[in-house]
This record gives sequence, structure tokens and C-alpha cells, in this order.
Amino acid sequence: MTDLTINPAVARKILTGWIRAEITRSGMQHAVVGLSGGLDSAMSCFLAAEALGPQNVLAVRMPYRTSSQDSLDDAQRVIDATGVQSATIEITPMVEPLMERFPEMTSLRRGNIMARMRMVVLYDQSAAFGGLVVGTGNKTEILLGYTTLYGDSACALNPLGDLYKTQVRQLASAMGVPESVRVKPPTADLWAGQTDEGELGFTYAEVDKLLYLLVDERATPEECVQAGYDEAFVRKVVERIRRNHFKRVMPPIAKLSNRTVGYDFLYLRDWGT
Amino acid sequence: MKLTIGLSQMNTVLGDVQANLEKHLEIAKQARSQGADLLVFPELSLTGYVLQDLVPTLAHRPTADDPVFRPLLAASQKIDLMVGFVEVDERRRFFIAAAYLSRGQVLHVHRKVYLPTYSMFDEGRFFAWGDSVRAFNTRFGRVGMLICEDFWHASPPYLLWLDGADLFLHMSASPGRGLNDSDRLESAAWVDHINAAYASLFTAFVAHANRVGYEDGLNFWGGSALYGPDGSLLVEGPMHEEALTLGEIDMTRLHHTRARLPLLRDERPGLVARELERILHSQSPNPGR
Repeated sequence: MTDLTINPAVARKILTGWIRAEITRSGMQHAVVGLSGGLDSAMSCFLAAEALGPQNVLAVRMPYRTSSQDSLDDAQRVIDATGVQSATIEITPMVEPLMERFPEMTSLRRGNIMARMRMVVLYDQSAAFGGLVVGTGNKTEILLGYTTLYGDSACALNPLGDLYKTQVRQLASAMGVPESVRVKPPTADLWAGQTDEGELGFTYAEVDKLLYLLVDERATPEECVQAGYDEAFVRKVVERIRRNHFKRVMPPIAKLSNRTVGYDFLYLRDWGT
Repeated sequence: MKLTIGLSQMNTVLGDVQANLEKHLEIAKQARSQGADLLVFPELSLTGYVLQDLVPTLAHRPTADDPVFRPLLAASQKIDLMVGFVEVDERRRFFIAAAYLSRGQVLHVHRKVYLPTYSMFDEGRFFAWGDSVRAFNTRFGRVGMLICEDFWHASPPYLLWLDGADLFLHMSASPGRGLNDSDRLESAAWVDHINAAYASLFTAFVAHANRVGYEDGLNFWGGSALYGPDGSLLVEGPMHEEALTLGEIDMTRLHHTRARLPLLRDERPGLVARELERILHSQSPNPGR
């Protein structure tokens, strides 16, 4: 049986050590996290606070006028629980001029603008605070491509990207993330009533197990169907993974020379540190 | 004969040989002051692990006139050292190598014979394959050195055993992976399992030094350990933290273990050679050749 149970103590030790190592080796002491009030950003904030000390972490709330008060309140609970520094920077006056210029704009475009404006604010705050942006994307949303490229996916380092959503939940529970953050339905909160599971058309509990089979266990789609997963569901997920791969890689560079960045100019980012 | 082995579970600076060299000398001094006779460093301890295009710029030769080996050889006057480095040969091939230094001499160099080139590993792209597995004599007895993937294969430890090794020195830069509900990662559990197995199967001592720290997203889990000839765990370093772990071994224990369990006496390498020869020349579509 597919079992996504993790030992949270092991994950906690590796991830806090990693955040500390990757930030300090680049000569920094500080981290900046965009705090939405949801589970993932709360988790990153908890990890960064433990890794660096809460005084070295800046949590930024960036509400839009339609953002729910619950989200703001939950983000505040995370700030209070971790003791990190905080700022609230409303993005409404920054994004509305662009949205007003294109009244026919779809909610997808509006959502992307909000996500990217938050990235702009967060990176600017990271420069002011002298820190690196710690990401909040989990493995489920990275594989499904349920993210805005250069928006919420933008970060200097991502501690959650190899944990499925249901595993983030286990770690959050073990690290004392406030219950109200852990139990509410996940949402990008880009428009009223939006939920991840409503928009995706399946639950995290279901898709995490399927993704684990497909990705971690390298099962074929046919094997997943044989294991009892609905064929249409499997096909939908497999196609989402393929179609969104562009969000997981750097933009390709057209090769002309003998040595080209991305192909045969190979160094880790940690080179020299 | 009793000796104290130190396992240097260290972090490294990626691509900065000078910084890593200074750390080696510092740890050697510390190990000696704590009574160690032999100090084992992790794989590629002088360079860091994921080197990629840095490989040609970090290569050295284990000779007395090399600027990195000169101070290491001097340090080996007081404590035997096993260090990990990038070796370049006279034909300009690069190897992942381990050098055993003792009393100012290079007693042996082992070039990694199995280069993992799958999954997150890409060693075969950047390094040449070593082509020998030999035990060698030290002041503590006959020793064999292996590097990480070398001992994921059963044959190199087996060859060293037949070549006379009673003490296996294993070095790794093992990336942690396989998080599940256990209190250790799958990779850590696996390595512990196989090292304990070699100690049991070969009724020999096994010392394993694994590094810690992070390179980009990879974590190295540490857990360096020393096993006795009955497979028992003698000492173990912490997970994911730098440590100098010391353990004393008594080579006379081999006498007791092998009197009770004469696996070495009864081993039949001639039979192995004959059957291997047959398998190598067999016409059957047998995989594994």
C-alpha cells in the first residue's frame, strides 16, 4: 500500500540545516517569506525561523482587496507563533491599474498578476532586509504545475519542494503550525471561494498517492490503473505533469557555441562555498 | 594489536582545496591529540563532491612535491591518514581517489572502480574508471580501501578480503535520500546494513567515514561507523552533524572470531574463479557480464 508517512524529526533536521547552510554560505543571515495564511508558507516560515532565529526572518503579508480576512488572521497567527519580524504590504494599488486597463481580463490573468506582483514585493523586501527569499512550493503543486511561473514559484531556495502536500501537513503538525492553518481547505485565495481541490478537480490525499506511484515509484500509467486508480484521473494527472514541465526547468538556451550555459557549462550554484 | 581509528565526518567547501586542506590538518591534529592512530576522511574530502566542470581544476598527484600532499605527508608522520581527492594521471585522466599516507609515505592509492552514473549521480561523465582493487600492508596490518559505490557492489570487498585485508576502510560522500517514517533515511539504513554485512561475511573490521553538509539541494547524512568482525556496531557518529568519532579496535579479535567462524579458511576462491570463467564464456543470454 502506498504510504506517504514521513518521520517529521528527520525532515525537520535536514531542512533547517539546509536553510541555514544555503543562506549563510551565500554570505547572508536573513530570510524573507511571503506569508499567505496557508499551510505551505506557514511551514516555510516555521522552518526558516528555526533555522536562522526568528529575528532573522521577515514574513510579508501581501493582501489584495478581495483576500479573505481569515487568511490575514491566520498569517498573523504564524507570525505570533514563530516570533518572526513582519510587514504587511497591500498589492491592490499596484495591480489594479494594469487590471483596469484590460477590463475583459480573465481571472487566470488577474491571479497571475497578483502572484507576480507579490514576487516583485518579496524580492524588493529581500533586498531591503538583506536576505534570500525562501520558497513555499510543495512537490504536489510543482509536479502538477499548479503555480504561477515567476510568481509564487520564484524563490532563492525551496525547502518544501520534495514534500507532497500531505507530507507538509505531517511536518506542520509536528512543528506546531497553528491548527486553523492546518485544517482549512488549501486555497490560492486569488478570488473568493477558490480552493485548490475544487479547481484541480481532485483531492490532495488522492493525487499525492498517485504522484508518489508515478514519480517516486516510477510506475507506468497502466500500472496505476491496475492498482485501482481511475483511468481518466491517471491520464489527467500524467498530462498535467508533462504539460507543465516548462515551469520546472530554466528556459532553454539555443546552442551555438562549443560551450553553452545549461548544457556543458556545469557547476552547482554552491560552487566555491 | 590495538589501534584507535578516527572517522572525520566533515563538511567541505565545494571546489576550494586550500580551505579543505587546512581543515584536514586541523582535524588530524585534533584526532592525534585524542589518541587516534589512523584518521579516515570522506570521499573527495579535499574538494567537495558534485564537482562537474570543476574536476580538471582541482586535480592533484599524491607525491611529496605536490603542494597539497606535502603538508598531508608531513602530518602523516604522527597519524596515518586516508584522504579523498581528485587524482590526475600522466595521461590527464581524472579519478576519484583515496590515498593512504603513513610516516611521510604514500602507501597506496585506490581509484574508484564503480562510478555511479544514474539517478542524481553523474560521475561517469566527469571521471575515469579505476581498474584495480588491491589490499596493502600498513603498520596495523593489511588494509583495503573502497570509495562509496565501490562497496555497493559485493565484488570489491570480496576481492580485498581474498587479497588479505582484515580492515576495510570505506569512504563516502553519500547523499541522503528516501525519507519515510523511519528515524533514518533509506540511504543511511542501506549503507549501515551493507557495511555490517561485510564485517560479518568477511569476519573483518569495517570503518566507514561519510561526510555531512549540503551541496545545492543534496544533504550528506554522516553516520560514520565502525564495525567489528561479528558485524557488531562499535561506534557511530551522529546524523547530519560534523563530528570526529573515535573507536578502538583490537586486531586480536580476528583470532577469536575466525576460530569460531572459519569463513575465511573455508572460502573457495578457486571454485569462484572457475565458475566465473564459465559464466563469462557461457553462450547463454546471462545478464551481468
